[in-house]
Amino acid sequence: MKFITEFRQSELAEGLISQIHRKSKTPVRFMEFCGGHTVTIFRYGIRQLLPETIEMVSGPGCPVCVTANADLDKAIALSRMPDIIITTFGDMIKVPGSYSSLQKAKADGADVRMVYSTMDALKIAEENHDKSVVFLGIGFETTAPTIAASVLQAEERGIKNYYVLSMHKLCPPVIRTLLDSGEVKLHGLICPGHVSTVIGSHPWEFIARDYGIPCVVSGFEPLDVLQCVAMLVEQVENGESKVEIAYRRGVRPEGNQEALKLIGQTFKPCPTEWRGIGNVPDSGLKLKNKYQSFDAELAFDIDPGPTYEPAGCICGDILRGVKTPADCNLFGKACTPENPVGPCMVSSEGSCSAYYLYGGNLEG
Amino acid sequence: MKDKILLAHGSGGKLAHDLVEKSFVPALANPLLNRLDDSAVIDFSGRLAFTTDSYVVKPIFFPGGDIGKLAVCGTVNDLAMSGAKPLYLSLAFIIEEGLPQDELNKIVSSVRKAAQEARVEIVTGDTKVVNRGSADKLFINTAGVGIIPEGVNVSGDRAVPGDKIILSGNIGDHGIAVLSQREGLSFSTQLESDCAPLGSLVARMLAASSDIHCLRDPTRGGLATTLKELAKQSKVSIRIEEEKIPVRQEVLAACEMLGFDPLYVANEGKLVAIVPAKDADKVLKAMRGNHYGAEAAIIGEVGAEHPGRVVMKTCMGSSRIIDMLVGDPLPRIC
Repeated sequence: MKFITEFRQSELAEGLISQIHRKSKTPVRFMEFCGGHTVTIFRYGIRQLLPETIEMVSGPGCPVCVTANADLDKAIALSRMPDIIITTFGDMIKVPGSYSSLQKAKADGADVRMVYSTMDALKIAEENHDKSVVFLGIGFETTAPTIAASVLQAEERGIKNYYVLSMHKLCPPVIRTLLDSGEVKLHGLICPGHVSTVIGSHPWEFIARDYGIPCVVSGFEPLDVLQCVAMLVEQVENGESKVEIAYRRGVRPEGNQEALKLIGQTFKPCPTEWRGIGNVPDSGLKLKNKYQSFDAELAFDIDPGPTYEPAGCICGDILRGVKTPADCNLFGKACTPENPVGPCMVSSEGSCSAYYLYGGNLEG
Repeated sequence: MKDKILLAHGSGGKLAHDLVEKSFVPALANPLLNRLDDSAVIDFSGRLAFTTDSYVVKPIFFPGGDIGKLAVCGTVNDLAMSGAKPLYLSLAFIIEEGLPQDELNKIVSSVRKAAQEARVEIVTGDTKVVNRGSADKLFINTAGVGIIPEGVNVSGDRAVPGDKIILSGNIGDHGIAVLSQREGLSFSTQLESDCAPLGSLVARMLAASSDIHCLRDPTRGGLATTLKELAKQSKVSIRIEEEKIPVRQEVLAACEMLGFDPLYVANEGKLVAIVPAKDADKVLKAMRGNHYGAEAAIIGEVGAEHPGRVVMKTCMGSSRIIDMLVGDPLPRIC
């Protein structure tokens, strides 16, 4: 079992595709919440393989994309302050804020370092006693436990120059907000895979129960996504709405208790701003009072200045699933991966980037 | 205290002479270099291939190679991709002061081994030492020349509809090996760079068919970028099949974890050949008989419609457009 090639077998795909074609009668719209799924769908051309009855829309599940400009500006302003080292996961470096990006700040002399683990950031803090090391806490429930662990480690090891700028986002509350807005009518939800490895499948129950929408948690290989779509079709055609898991090798209904404990110990929910969606109650995470000394927001007097949204960019509408990149006047012209205007073109998980790189028109 | 390279080693004075005479000349000795004249003077006749490249890889030592081996192989491969028999290289070192002398010796020793294997001679060189922080340990600049045999005409604009596309082996090894070393990522198996000189492989291929249309080594930007370049240059379309492209399980797994696509990951010991369909099996057989082409496979073919387009039939049976790499691939967040 190698966990990759097994999930890319064409014979198995053919079986699932013909099953979907056979069973799907009702016209439906399914949303893949997660940017990772969007990439799989485009990279393997899955939309081409589905019957006309099934419309796929992409959701807001790209952590970089949903980070509000005000938060990006804060991170950039922080990077320009003296004696600060910014540590961050890769994708964040290129995202434009209102006026700049971490990449540009770095070229201007800011010390911005890409790390693969929060433990690397702690190491940088230990090696640079005379500097303050700030980790940009971005991501969903998936990354939050590792950042929680870094705070606990910093406390245990007495590292006083390590801080977290928490911009975490929680997925279930924002899905509720999207559904309540009624802007997009959905008949099925492909629930995020990595997020569910942490929180489990129980937190999605309200969607099936309160909104009558079938939910299936999916993995990220093409066969996972096809299996998930087949299960959604099955529920739709049977008139059911329940939460199922098509990613048993990664997700348990109760989630990862250890990881959840770490989050609960360190963070508390708070309202937070989502790009395109607005302020969503209890959808963010901030450090608990006990760990306040690690909170970059409290430790530094950050002045990001006024925020500005680029004219014509419809990333917000795309993140809500109301519009697609093809509806954007900037797409592929003023906004390309080389010169991104909005974050959805920057992140490798962003819808615009996936459309641009993989969605080329085969007929044209 | 270990010996380190000092600014004075690049001054042109006594220390600089010592460095050249003790570190470089004995390791790389050959009649042209040994003269230590301002230029190497070479007799040759025929069509000359001439290339240059710079190497700034970080870290300078990585699993399966180091910056010295990479510099020789990279330059040799650029010559070989023109159909040339690589002959002579120049080597210029830009050293950050403080580089341990034994690290430099190790790199010079790899240069020697790689040059021996590739059957090329380092005939001229230069050394500069810069202040700490002005370079990152060691940069190497090279130039290389080779002679193109009579009747060989390899160029990126020669692909024609009907041609077959051959890939010499697994993709992505170098990029993932260097990345995992640089970032201290540990995977359960140690992956090595595929860094290798491909002159002997190309010589075998040309012996099997002198009518090879295009050769290119898919280095930075990976296989995808190389195919797109060739499609544009030759004004043809290229269609490849995902299932035919060899990728190691370790590379696939690392790519999945990091959110990379192996098609865009760098290689340093692979080549793509575009050959007339009638010669494809001959060339493939010749490649498989060489150590560096043992895993070679025909991965697709050239078409006439939509010039400049590369399309891949995915393992799911759908089709996907392949474009060039944009910027550096960055690891995903979740």
